[in-house]
Amino acid sequence: MNRTRASGRTVGGLRTLSLQAPAVTLLLLWMIVPLGMTVWFSFQRYNLLMPEMTGFAGWENYEYLLTDPALWSAMSTTLLLVGSVLVITVVGGTLLAVLFQQEFAGRGIARVLAISPFFVMPTVSALVWKNMMMHPSNGVLAWLSQSLGLPALDWFSSLPLTSIIIIVSWQWLPFALLILLTAMQSLDEDQVEAARMDGAGPLAIFFFITLPHLKRAISVVIMIEMIFLLTIFAEIFVTTSGGPGLATTNLAYLIYIQALLDFDVGLASAGGVVAIILANIVAIFLVRMVAKNLED
Amino acid sequence: MTLHRNSVAPANARSLPIRQLVLTLVGWSIALIIFFPILWMVLTGFKTETAAIADPSFLFSPTLESYQAVHARSGYARFALNSVVVAFGSTFLALLIAIPSAYAMAFLPTKRTKGTLLWMLSTKMLPPVGVLVPIYLIFRDVGLLDTRTGLIIIYTLMNLPIVVWMLYTFFKDMPKDILEAGRMDGASTLQEVFFLLLPLTLPGIASTGLLSVILSWNEAFWSLNLTSSKAAPLTAYIASFSSPEGLFWAKLSAASTMAIAPILIFGWMTQKQMVRGLTFGAVK
Repeated sequence: MNRTRASGRTVGGLRTLSLQAPAVTLLLLWMIVPLGMTVWFSFQRYNLLMPEMTGFAGWENYEYLLTDPALWSAMSTTLLLVGSVLVITVVGGTLLAVLFQQEFAGRGIARVLAISPFFVMPTVSALVWKNMMMHPSNGVLAWLSQSLGLPALDWFSSLPLTSIIIIVSWQWLPFALLILLTAMQSLDEDQVEAARMDGAGPLAIFFFITLPHLKRAISVVIMIEMIFLLTIFAEIFVTTSGGPGLATTNLAYLIYIQALLDFDVGLASAGGVVAIILANIVAIFLVRMVAKNLED
Repeated sequence: MTLHRNSVAPANARSLPIRQLVLTLVGWSIALIIFFPILWMVLTGFKTETAAIADPSFLFSPTLESYQAVHARSGYARFALNSVVVAFGSTFLALLIAIPSAYAMAFLPTKRTKGTLLWMLSTKMLPPVGVLVPIYLIFRDVGLLDTRTGLIIIYTLMNLPIVVWMLYTFFKDMPKDILEAGRMDGASTLQEVFFLLLPLTLPGIASTGLLSVILSWNEAFWSLNLTSSKAAPLTAYIASFSSPEGLFWAKLSAASTMAIAPILIFGWMTQKQMVRGLTFGAVK
């Protein structure tokens, strides 16, 4: 950009620019074109089932959407889902990382088994949980509670959101474990030993040495999980279809219903814009966090 | 701290075999509980349909019935082929576009490099649902709906930020002197990349590629919304089992096992490398 700079640097800058051009251009297009269209549609009357109804809608779609209780229910479902899964996976992942860091027989194999769910495709894990684990009559959990003399629970009708949270946590707990376990390996053993010599108990060691050491890894886990959790779709699609009622309809699913089932492009686009704004609010915090991690 | 000396003894005492035994027991129990749904699915795939819905049991005579049935059901091979083509096609494309970009960021950094990297990452935070409608309409108008090409394009763009990010981490770790020496010997940029950079960072590139394959293979939002039959990958095939008429658990299990086995093995092989790349090397 700056022509007055030393020629070497400008050439370097140009080379950097040209090498990055394909990736940057594509991502820019990927971001701007659909984004622009979404914003545009969100101000239009556009329903695929009613082609004669067209034209500028002003804030109509937004008004309808923002006064629709479904949106607020979907927002709170989204945040509840993301929040619960984050807490479960980060806390659980940290505890499991401490456990799997200890020396025991067959530790390597146990670790590999514990991280496996992360590699299973969401539609498969949702179906396995729905049909084989949580099924009210033939599921393993029903069988377990019956053999303990308890009534079998119909998970998806009595605890729909909890069921989804369990399934999603099962998928992401291994991911947190994988990252945190790797981080644990660089923990300074001498420091731990020294603390122990000074009479620090296991709890003190965990809170004053292990946890601070894991801080960066935990922030990485939170960031990556957030990206994926904000748009959970397949698990809901396969198990509850958003129901019963709106109990498990998150933003992603709500927009899907409006766009592809009700064919209301304008309304769905307005929903998309809301989803993007929500994601951006979250992203601002996250990007700051990563930026800090990049510093050193 | 008069307790000092006393507390050393119990610390040593704790490493007795008892402690080992308890740890082994707890560690294995938790690992098996987490792994159980997968194990159960694999086992169910070898049961008959009647045994699959009977009371849970590890004792049964294994049969390949379900695998044969899935194999015979015309669809499976086509869905699997779609998954392979789409996952590997998009990974190849993403690597092709990302390598020059990551090279520039790692070896010719400017003031804007970090900003660019973060911006790329932020495009990942654009929720797919936010742009589903326009993508759907564009795809419908240009005839990309329900095509493998369409999915490849989407997955390439979807994974590009993570691929650039990981490659950057691996490239940055490479000693600069080696590239420098190559340049002294008169290597062009292209030669430098092909004969020095790529061979030396191959493990990193491989694990980046594998993560991209895993993410594409398992992706369900776009594949469920943009494909219907022709180009539908395994995620959509498996999802079709959620309809009531598809409720054959043994067959579902057999199909699912086949759908996840390759990725599971890939994942086991590359977990360590993947973590390093995914976390900007922030976690070692």
